[in-house]
Amino acid sequence: MTPRTLVDKIWDNHVIRRLQSGADLLHVDRHLVHEMTSHRAFDSLRKRGIGVQSPDLTFAAVDHIVATLPGRGEATNPAGLPFIRMWRQNCEEFGITRFDIGDPRQGIVHVVGPELGIDLPGCTLVCGDSHTASNGGLGALAWGIGSSEVEHVLATQTIVQTRPKRMRIWFEGALGAGVSAKDMILYVIGKLGTAAGVGYAVEYAGPAIQALPVESRLTICNMSIELGARAGLIAPDEVTFAWLKGREFAPKGRAWDAAVADWRDLHSDDGAVFDREVTIDCTQIAPQVTWGTSPQDVVGIGENVPDPAAIDDPVRRAAVERAIGYIGVTAGRPLDGTPIDYAFIGSCTNGRFSDLVAAAEVARGRKVAPGVIALVVPGSMQVRQAAIDAGLDKVFLDAGFEWREAGCSMCVAGNGDFIPPGKRCIATSNRNFESRQGPGSRTHLASPASVAAAAVSGRIVDVRTFSGSKS
Amino acid sequence: MDKFTTLTGTAAVMPLENINTDAIIPVTWIVNYGRDLGEGLFGVWRYHADGTERTEFVLNQAPYRDACILVGGRNFGCGSSREEAVWALLGFGIRCVIAPSFGDIFYENSFKNALLPIRMAQEDIDVLMRDPAFVAGAKLVVDLETCRVSVPGGSNGIAFDIDPARREALLQGFDHIDLTRQHVDEIAAFQAADKARRPWVHAPGKGE
Repeated sequence: MTPRTLVDKIWDNHVIRRLQSGADLLHVDRHLVHEMTSHRAFDSLRKRGIGVQSPDLTFAAVDHIVATLPGRGEATNPAGLPFIRMWRQNCEEFGITRFDIGDPRQGIVHVVGPELGIDLPGCTLVCGDSHTASNGGLGALAWGIGSSEVEHVLATQTIVQTRPKRMRIWFEGALGAGVSAKDMILYVIGKLGTAAGVGYAVEYAGPAIQALPVESRLTICNMSIELGARAGLIAPDEVTFAWLKGREFAPKGRAWDAAVADWRDLHSDDGAVFDREVTIDCTQIAPQVTWGTSPQDVVGIGENVPDPAAIDDPVRRAAVERAIGYIGVTAGRPLDGTPIDYAFIGSCTNGRFSDLVAAAEVARGRKVAPGVIALVVPGSMQVRQAAIDAGLDKVFLDAGFEWREAGCSMCVAGNGDFIPPGKRCIATSNRNFESRQGPGSRTHLASPASVAAAAVSGRIVDVRTFSGSKS
Repeated sequence: MDKFTTLTGTAAVMPLENINTDAIIPVTWIVNYGRDLGEGLFGVWRYHADGTERTEFVLNQAPYRDACILVGGRNFGCGSSREEAVWALLGFGIRCVIAPSFGDIFYENSFKNALLPIRMAQEDIDVLMRDPAFVAGAKLVVDLETCRVSVPGGSNGIAFDIDPARREALLQGFDHIDLTRQHVDEIAAFQAADKARRPWVHAPGKGE
């Protein structure tokens, strides 16, 4: 049999029909729904007079517009109220399991999906959110869709897609101290650019990927869209299976055994052909921080912000000049020492338990610098509870961080949490676009440890100069 | 769905790469339920904090207030999956975006709403932009029947490529859900067979 890539194996398993156009009609195994992008889809469904094809395969969470202030309710962020109510009503009417405010399982869809075992290896999983590729960290083929496609999936439990090209990014070499999965993916985006993955599904592989725990794999896959790829995934292995076993919606008993037997074939065969292959030497990766307004505008800490005068391509030069002017950094100078106003730890990229552990190791025994507002927003209420059980809430509160409830918060800045105009934030989220965190906001992306280090220093700093916790 | 056949009108040029969907429709307009998304198009670039217009922004200038075509840079529509970006463009009156490349999700969303995204090499875009008739009149003709973009009163124009099925869907105004629902029996048969093959997929959290 012809050797196949992991993407092709999953794809082939889900083809219902090859359409005349050359696209495939694919079965969707899991559909995640949130409150911001779904209401028009449900409204349209209602107008058509049709129901949800497979409500059992559909799960919903509030995350984008929900307040994260302690003790929050549905009206704490008044702008979110109509969206939350429509979402709740739609879930009720169409029989969809939902994780609402007050449910201990509530959280960001891409944190909740894996941690509840909704997301499974070998599944196709879609959601009306571009960071859906996060779920590829468990070995699912997962990608973000628009509201019209959300409606299509609700109506038919299928999606029409053209088979993507395949890219494999192979990571070898050991990570240095203070370097995390976030630094790995930012480094790749910096090397390849934000359009490199357009039209591709990306498989992340190699010894440095296999050595990562599951939560780090979710972080890598999360930022596939920042590489331009709708889907990114990692072959599942024993680490994946051990992590998934026993989770609420993971298979049980004999179904679990059958599933694992099936999942063991989910890897790219020897000799499988990729349209593009890239190799990354992890020993070259320093902690990464963005200097501009695109995730590809990134350097290792200690490296210099680029000089537009040295760029030949006029469009790129104009973009760099604009970004430097917007962010307010100096061409040809390092970022270290740049004062910050805000620090944000959270999001579907870095809002999981291990992310909070990494940040707390830096924050323990230290204080948030005077004048800096620092937030920790757990990615889910389960993450939040696990952090409380480990005493991390106390570490953060003692250091002067705000300790919030679960949601997207300052990543999408649609829930009342935002950065004021002109203020500078270092964030563990995934987008540093102009005004992403609020009109006029300035964002630097970095890892949880780097953000915690900046929060207690009051400036962008090399986390490797922090020798563990101060107790 | 609305059809798309030909379009003649003013083209506004925004020669920036990576114009992302957050820029196209800032979240503040999305979360303001019931607000006109067309008014929010490029909201942060288009308005001062007090809501007054930034006169230097292209869509606030005549004749571009009436633009129905937008010419952008590489990787147009990257970022968030928000279909509101397409709805905001349509709300303003933009029916076609021409750029060297597009974010995958934006590209898909556009077709679902009869907004035509045209992939065109930068050199070809430059040819159109330098046409004296375009410099004078800022108008383009987009013809999906012949797959050409030209300048009224100018040169013969530039051909563009588009997937034939997507083109047909726009020309005919096909509804994507109606098309798939022609296959409901096959979908049901697939699910039934798959339940035997991968039972764990179809009964989340279950097992003996």
